Amino acid sequence: MHALHQVLHAFFNPHSFTLALPDVWAGFQVNLRMMFIAEALVLVFALFVAIVRGLPGRGAKPLRVLAIAYTDFFRGTPIILVTFIVGFGLPGLQIGFISSRSFTVYGIVALTLVYTAYVSEVFRAGIESVHPSQRSAARSLGLSYAQAMRYVVVPQAVRRVIPPLLNDFVGLQKDTALVSVIGVAEAASLSQQFSTQNGDFASYVVAAVFFILITIPLARFTDHLVAEREMRERAQAF
Amino acid sequence: MTDIASRNGAGSFVEIRGVSKWFGELQVLDDIHLNVEKHEVVCLIGASGSGKSTLLRCLNMLERIETGDIVVDGQSLTTGKVNVNELRRKIGIVFQAYNLFPHMTVLQNVMLGPRKVRGLSKEQSESIAHDLLHRIGLEAKAHEYPDRLSGGQQQRVAIVRALAMEPELMLLDEITSALDPQLVSEVLQLVRGLTEVGMTMIIATHEMGFAREVASKVCFLDGGSILEEGAPEQIFTNPTQARTRSFLARVLDAEKSA
Repeated sequence: MHALHQVLHAFFNPHSFTLALPDVWAGFQVNLRMMFIAEALVLVFALFVAIVRGLPGRGAKPLRVLAIAYTDFFRGTPIILVTFIVGFGLPGLQIGFISSRSFTVYGIVALTLVYTAYVSEVFRAGIESVHPSQRSAARSLGLSYAQAMRYVVVPQAVRRVIPPLLNDFVGLQKDTALVSVIGVAEAASLSQQFSTQNGDFASYVVAAVFFILITIPLARFTDHLVAEREMRERAQAF
Repeated sequence: MTDIASRNGAGSFVEIRGVSKWFGELQVLDDIHLNVEKHEVVCLIGASGSGKSTLLRCLNMLERIETGDIVVDGQSLTTGKVNVNELRRKIGIVFQAYNLFPHMTVLQNVMLGPRKVRGLSKEQSESIAHDLLHRIGLEAKAHEYPDRLSGGQQQRVAIVRALAMEPELMLLDEITSALDPQLVSEVLQLVRGLTEVGMTMIIATHEMGFAREVASKVCFLDGGSILEEGAPEQIFTNPTQARTRSFLARVLDAEKSA
């Protein structure tokens, strides 16, 4: 009984909730901004990396190698190290524009670098899943390689990979809290400050609830897309 | 045209000169020679794996040839100077598996070539597509996605998608082989219409009756080479090669029992 009471008091004190809420919410808005900006950048860069990796011909080999090296490096390096390298390394370089950004910007850069590597693999799998006969059909109409990719292959690939892509975005959203280690004042770090001042842990729970609240709709939306596709495929089989 | 000219193939719309091709160790085309004049309909017959499809795919450079040369409209495909996209504008190809673009409506499928390759306006491309769909009686399906259409309807859309490029040559690669028997005739009817307006075509087919009806020349392929070629009457009623005879006997037998 005593233990339960202690847990309730330490994590779920209603008074502490109310006190922590404004601070943590202010911090969470930083998380939201980082998520949206990083996700938009990741979509563009990841598609670019995936397309470069699939370029045909011997001439494009250096580009392909570069794309592979990029993906290998950023998928293999723990995100916290990338965050250190970007967040402490770039300011240390002292080159004007690059070195004078805010920690939030460095956080976004670190997230974008790492998740571009993950998501480019998702896009690549999608592009490879489009049957070669689609490319043949497009090319035999006289479309160039780039046109065939743009109008025929990539649109089909993107549709197919939306569920795994949204999965990666759930990871990205949570990792906005991780990059606070370099000093971004976001939900996790602000709730830690509040916890130290207030002497309990309710602020952590508040922050957790915020993250969960935006993850759940995304997860359900992904489920919905998957279920919808299954329905369609089953309908086609008949 | 003089005898010498026709023997050399000089001036033919399509000239295939000693073409061979290997997939790794496997030789799929073996010293193919064939001339196709404008408005001619050439039917390629032969068992699966005899090289019919590969030959068609070589003609629009979906496959590369190792030796020999192909000349289309006076332009050699092996010089390295040929603009592949320009060449393919002139050559329409229709595949066994339709290969419509599943993420586009029927109308968008037909519009894509005119819009992006011929560079026509959206309005012009749309009117070309509507016109073609109207002619094949599928205008009502213009805004449906391909998976809502029957196989025969999809294949007819695939044919007009190629026609929307106003090609000078059509390559048909066993376009009825994936269809249910009752859907074959609507597709053949459309092709028959094309022969009537004088479209130059090379048709790989298993439909012997159809080949006999529309072909100006029939080529029997066996093991990657043209074993026998001639007028349809001659090939079908009086083949000179034993292998042609046994192939035809097998196919016609199968058709009878079907």
